Amino acid sequence: MLYFSKLRILFITLFSVLFILIASSNLFKFDDNFFDKKINLGLDLQGGSYLLLEIDNEPVIEQKLQNLTTTIRNYFKEKNIKINNIKLENQNIFFTVRDNDKQSVLDVFQDENSDLNPYYPRFKSHQLEIEDTGINFKVNFSRQGLIKLKTSSQDQAIEIVRRRVDEVGTNEPNILKRGNNRILVELPGLDDPMRIKSLLGKTANLTFRFVTNDENDRFGVEKLKFENGLEEAIVSKRIIISGENLLDAQPKMDTQANQTIVSFTLDRVGAKRFGKATSTGIGKQLAIVLDGKIISAPVVRDTIASGSGQISGGFTFQTATDLALLLRSGALPAPLEIIEERTVGPDLGQDSINAGMIALAIGFMLVIIFMFLKYKIFGLITNVTLIVNLFILLGVLTLFEATLTLPGIAGIILTVGMAVDANVLIFERIKEELKDETNNILAFDGGYTKSRTAILDANITTLLAAIILFFMGSGPVKGFAVTLGVGIFTTLFSVYFIARLFTSIYVSRNKDKEKLI
Amino acid sequence: MVAFNKYYNHFNLLSSVLIVVSLLLLIFKGLNFGIDFKGGTLIELRASDSKINVSSLRDRFNQMDLGDVSVKKFGNDTDFLVKFENKDNKKNIIEEIKVNLDKSFGNNYDFRRVENVGPKVSAELLKSGVIAISLSLALMLIYIWIRFEWQFSLGAILALFHDVIVTLGVFSLFSLEINLSIIAAVLTIVGYSMNDTVVIFDRVRENLRKYSDIKIFELTNISINETLSRTIITSATTLLALLAIYFFGGEILKGFSLAMILGVVFGTYSSIYIANTVLVRLRVSQKTVLREEEDKK
Repeated sequence: MLYFSKLRILFITLFSVLFILIASSNLFKFDDNFFDKKINLGLDLQGGSYLLLEIDNEPVIEQKLQNLTTTIRNYFKEKNIKINNIKLENQNIFFTVRDNDKQSVLDVFQDENSDLNPYYPRFKSHQLEIEDTGINFKVNFSRQGLIKLKTSSQDQAIEIVRRRVDEVGTNEPNILKRGNNRILVELPGLDDPMRIKSLLGKTANLTFRFVTNDENDRFGVEKLKFENGLEEAIVSKRIIISGENLLDAQPKMDTQANQTIVSFTLDRVGAKRFGKATSTGIGKQLAIVLDGKIISAPVVRDTIASGSGQISGGFTFQTATDLALLLRSGALPAPLEIIEERTVGPDLGQDSINAGMIALAIGFMLVIIFMFLKYKIFGLITNVTLIVNLFILLGVLTLFEATLTLPGIAGIILTVGMAVDANVLIFERIKEELKDETNNILAFDGGYTKSRTAILDANITTLLAAIILFFMGSGPVKGFAVTLGVGIFTTLFSVYFIARLFTSIYVSRNKDKEKLI
Repeated sequence: MVAFNKYYNHFNLLSSVLIVVSLLLLIFKGLNFGIDFKGGTLIELRASDSKINVSSLRDRFNQMDLGDVSVKKFGNDTDFLVKFENKDNKKNIIEEIKVNLDKSFGNNYDFRRVENVGPKVSAELLKSGVIAISLSLALMLIYIWIRFEWQFSLGAILALFHDVIVTLGVFSLFSLEINLSIIAAVLTIVGYSMNDTVVIFDRVRENLRKYSDIKIFELTNISINETLSRTIITSATTLLALLAIYFFGGEILKGFSLAMILGVVFGTYSSIYIANTVLVRLRVSQKTVLREEEDKK
């Protein structure tokens, strides 16, 4: 165990030097692109915001089923089957048919190539489930149908969220899917997430609809509140144009009225519809509705055929900017709710770094002094190893561009404390060997060999705990698992290569000395 | 040689009492869950005005109708930690609070940290915490089952349960907060305690093979003594590192390092006084080790 070939010594030296260089690259700013990897600081250290958003799919499901009732009715009408008593209740569609039509309805729903009830060829499961309750038919989304619906609304939502965050222009945001109905947004360096939160909290569903007094409007009417919450108006459910028709929206200063407005440009379809509506509706009030609230309801004075227009509504420049941004980035498919938020200010982050570094320095010193007092020359060897170990650990973290968090720093300190364990096991074993072995080299060799299983067992158990933490933990805690886990490998390397190398050099030079350890 | 085995019975009794008391505390007093597991809002606030103190903050926050509000000093005199349930998971609660505080304190304060955990998320975090700890205990059990005979596994697992339960018992007794980092600490304790136990067990097994005429009661004592200096040194260096974190690592790591310190102390104790006594009580002998090895062949 004590013999090292020249090649091996060279390899160990090169390896250690390499990692020391990599680790120290974090301290200096290299201008060249030769090596630009760095340890990332977690949000708890550099400051920033962590937001977990959940998509509320209920309205989407409701809407889809609502559309489906029409589709079902029309579909079977073509086949001369009359659908009766169709209604939507608790996300189930109920309807009845004549008894002799029952089988053909079931056949349509259960046909593997049904165009009403798709997905079967791809997922081996239909989008919809149908059940004959005896009284009527019950139709609802199957598991597969719900999953498909959720992932598609997640795909749309993450795109919109990304656009909105990008428009605000924070540096290096991290936007990820979580499960099939959540989106994780990490915003480093942002200490006041208020604006982003309010932007993400809005669905931004924009519609232009006429104000009406006709209760019997063919499309139905609804009573909506104005943005200020005071006034109300009855608005037709007929949508003239919606947010989808917008090509662009920008905040502008209206110099005549001396107020901030949002000007918008419509696509071809939108422009045509807008022109037609404004020509037939002169004198009527056109309500601009955002997320169920009326922003303003100006009276149409002229036909607007140019495909552009403006929204006024007592905006400040900030609110106009935000509204324009929301309109440009498009509507979310479903409302988002912020279900978890963690924000750390940059000065607390810096304080945490400082505290962590001080604790690391002090912990390191204490361990080093203790080991030197206890083992003298071998304590020194352990300490040198410990320092190299620390550098290799930082080097590995740099190489993988791992994220360092405050608990992660604690993990490094803990690694320092526990890293000596392997050396202690070896040294104590050597001491025992020396009791009945006079040959120093044989005693050292025996010490290394006989302590090996205990060292492996001990490190594997800690590694198991770290692995579980890595997969179960989130954010900062994950950082702890990373440093603890990587620390185990670097420790084993330093103990079995670096410390053993030093030990072997020292022992072979002092083979005849008594009481070596 | 220290006669650890003289006190096997005494300490077994003590441990049983500790476990029972801890369990009673856990059942009847419960744990002080932080917002990670209970849901709610946490604000760490730094004041630059001496007018802002615990009582003035408490007054202000109580007027805001936030439910149960707790205001505490956090580290030094200018830092405070405010926690409340935020039952309805109100959307713009932080902004509302800022507006309210501005009225009384002007610009003389700063939110250093804001955490808001909804009820759904906290329930999930709690669940995954419990799963993580159970899973780690199970994995340790499997690992030691592969490496040692069943008597050893039982001893190690009992020691692990002891460490986890008693550490949580101390947290319950002093109403210390349980948050995500405490779960990390408990998992590390599990790893450390196992580590410590395995080192002694390794020696016990080695000695069992070596000496056929020494009774397990004596043999465990010999093994504990042979590994004693290692046990002491490793615990000492680990504790030194942890104490450095506790005293210098900032307020956020206090609970975490405290849990770890408790865990290291209990872990070291249980390796000697629980894990080994199980071997004694199960009358492990040289046959146990040899028979198992033959089976494996």
